[in-house]
Amino acid sequence: MLLSTKNILGTKELTKQDIQQILDTADSFKEISTRAIKKVPTLRGKTIINLFFEPSTRTRTSFEIAGKRLSADVINISGSTSSTVKGENLIDTARNLEAMNPDILVVRHQCSGAPALLSQFVDCPIINGGDGSHEHPSQALLDLLTIRSQKGDLEGLKVAIVGDISHSRVARSNIKAMQTMGMKVCVVGPPPLIPPEFESLGVEVSHNLREAVKDVDVVMVLRIQLERQNQGLLSSLREYSNYFCLTSESLAKARDDVLIIHPGPVNRGVEIALDVMESPRSLILNQVTSGVAIRMALFYLLLGENNANPN
Amino acid sequence: MNSILLNAKDISRAINRISHEILERNNGAGNIALVGIRTRGVALSHRLKEKIEGIESVTVDHGILDITLYRDDLAEGIQKPELKKTEISFALENKHIILCDDVLFTGRTIRAAIDALMDFGRPSSVQLAVLIDRGHRELPIRPDYVGKNIPTPKSKRVQVLLNEEDGEDKVMIQEQTK
Repeated sequence: MLLSTKNILGTKELTKQDIQQILDTADSFKEISTRAIKKVPTLRGKTIINLFFEPSTRTRTSFEIAGKRLSADVINISGSTSSTVKGENLIDTARNLEAMNPDILVVRHQCSGAPALLSQFVDCPIINGGDGSHEHPSQALLDLLTIRSQKGDLEGLKVAIVGDISHSRVARSNIKAMQTMGMKVCVVGPPPLIPPEFESLGVEVSHNLREAVKDVDVVMVLRIQLERQNQGLLSSLREYSNYFCLTSESLAKARDDVLIIHPGPVNRGVEIALDVMESPRSLILNQVTSGVAIRMALFYLLLGENNANPN
Repeated sequence: MNSILLNAKDISRAINRISHEILERNNGAGNIALVGIRTRGVALSHRLKEKIEGIESVTVDHGILDITLYRDDLAEGIQKPELKKTEISFALENKHIILCDDVLFTGRTIRAAIDALMDFGRPSSVQLAVLIDRGHRELPIRPDYVGKNIPTPKSKRVQVLLNEEDGEDKVMIQEQTK
């Protein structure tokens, strides 16, 4: 067995060994994207379906490129062009897709738990491409790969996650994965955006950005999700920026070698200042490159396991 | 039921001879590059590189191939070996590539290695150096340089141990373990 799980629904289900294996495999895949011919024949004849019910540039393209670099056939279906607009429900859509024998289904959905629900109805492996405010495992894995390639080792590193923790699947996936890898996590943001249950996850909670970044190795800035800010949790974006926008000033007490990451898309000037984003400490574009390698590794390892255990 | 086919001295002599054969056939080391196939082909290619550089007093390009992604048995339920990096940092154009592997058997690994190599460019030629040729080819592939031809029953296993990987140099033949 290569991975302990058939589906990638969340980082919660991944063991330390799983994560290590995914990161090591992804490391080897990085080189393929630098070749003149960026393609290997490994998954020739396999079909991957990207089923995206939420808008996405990075994640969908990244999964698509990853599949294509391994020679798989990749089909993209977005919510607005699928039969769901005619009233078909999610499970029926997935079962119909499965009847066409795909080898992997990548699912993004606005409802937490949608990929887990589907995994009970279809046989092929499912990768969660982000579900509601629940999990976004491939993002957490690519964040770990980006950090590891700079720091060498993950064990013992301290990370501050800044922003709208409450709505963030990226934060949830990262907290679990980072804890599994022996890292320390501090979440930073205004009290309405940090639900009380986070303290029970074993993370530090801070409401002061300048102090929180003081001795961390990595600052992860989250996007303020404009589309999810209609509940009156923030009085205004400007007020949020005053306290929590990552600027060179708010980084004054941080270490010189602190790494800055952001899952994208970025609202420039809201959660992160332009100069910080473009500084050499910022790894935002490295994250995107790591993303392709991570998704290649997930396809490779999942299809491997699938092959090793024919029903 | 293990018997030793080659000892450390035999291996070293074979590598010496192959180095000279490579130089003779390619008129020196000017346009050659050595590429080792993971895992034990890498050790072999390093030794050939060292020998050839010693003889000719030049530097020879060197690369490493991991052919895992090019295998034809991935879909057959065989447990995948761990994927390692491929490192080819020079241009293959106008180079004679000497592929190096420890044992030549069915020829499927070499087929995969040639496919992998072609994705990096168009070498002038590809030649094959192996320490052991044990026969039983399943593809039309033949080696250019051979340490030792050892006709073997298909049921047996030929095991090459090299210092870099295993802490000692020897070639053994044994019963299949499973």
